[in-house]
Amino acid sequence: MAETPHAARRPRPLSPYVTIYHWPVTMATSIVHRIAGCGLAAGLVVLTWWLTAVSLGGVAEFNALASTPLGQVVLFGLTWCLAYHLLNGIRHLAWDLGYGFSKPAAARNSVLVILGSILLAIAIFAAAYTGHGGYYAGVYG
Amino acid sequence: MSLETPLHKVEGLGPAHSGVKHFWRQRVSATALVPLSIWLGVSLLGLVGGSQADMAAFLQTPLNAGLLAAFILIAVYHMVLGLQVIIDDYIYVNWQKLLSMFAMWAFALAVVAVCLFDLLRIAG
Repeated sequence: MAETPHAARRPRPLSPYVTIYHWPVTMATSIVHRIAGCGLAAGLVVLTWWLTAVSLGGVAEFNALASTPLGQVVLFGLTWCLAYHLLNGIRHLAWDLGYGFSKPAAARNSVLVILGSILLAIAIFAAAYTGHGGYYAGVYG
Repeated sequence: MSLETPLHKVEGLGPAHSGVKHFWRQRVSATALVPLSIWLGVSLLGLVGGSQADMAAFLQTPLNAGLLAAFILIAVYHMVLGLQVIIDDYIYVNWQKLLSMFAMWAFALAVVAVCLFDLLRIAG
């Protein structure tokens, strides 16, 4: 089989690639599910950190660090990751039971999951900022 | 005509030899994590701004300690299953794959060890 020299090769038609591919919303929810999962893996560091602070001391320092703008951004990011991965995970489990497979349903549920997760994360932070969090203080023990 | 042997067919595992084990374990852990995550969210919001005494008292309740232990164990297990798929998908150089799997397991076991130690220490 004779090899065609590289320079003489005619440019071949390329199949659609991600950069020019039309992104359906379902594609976004799929990849974001993965990214949110990775975010939650990193979130386990924060959870372990907090639990160690409760156990060995350092809760005041943890609270102070969490109250900084960077701390709040990180915590909001983790809250949203959990909200998203939870809602989209429920969508995945519904798929496994055979529901929501039609194209319109998949697209509609994708939008619902994205909006729902943002609203849920904002609602949790709004509750904390308006003094509706911390309801377990003084309840136990 | 099928080229499968009768034994292979009845095992129903296909060429991967492991069947749906990974898929099934991911779904079972995911199902358990739905109520556990909601419980964790409600609990953490209830402890926002609390003191160490508040948090320790909350975690000294057997139910809360047990639920947090369950969350951590199942979440770490679910994380291992998920990260394994990500490593399988994107990392194809053998030593890099080996290193990633090693790092993932080290992280997973470290989280479990530290968290369980913390919970026991808080309880005691």
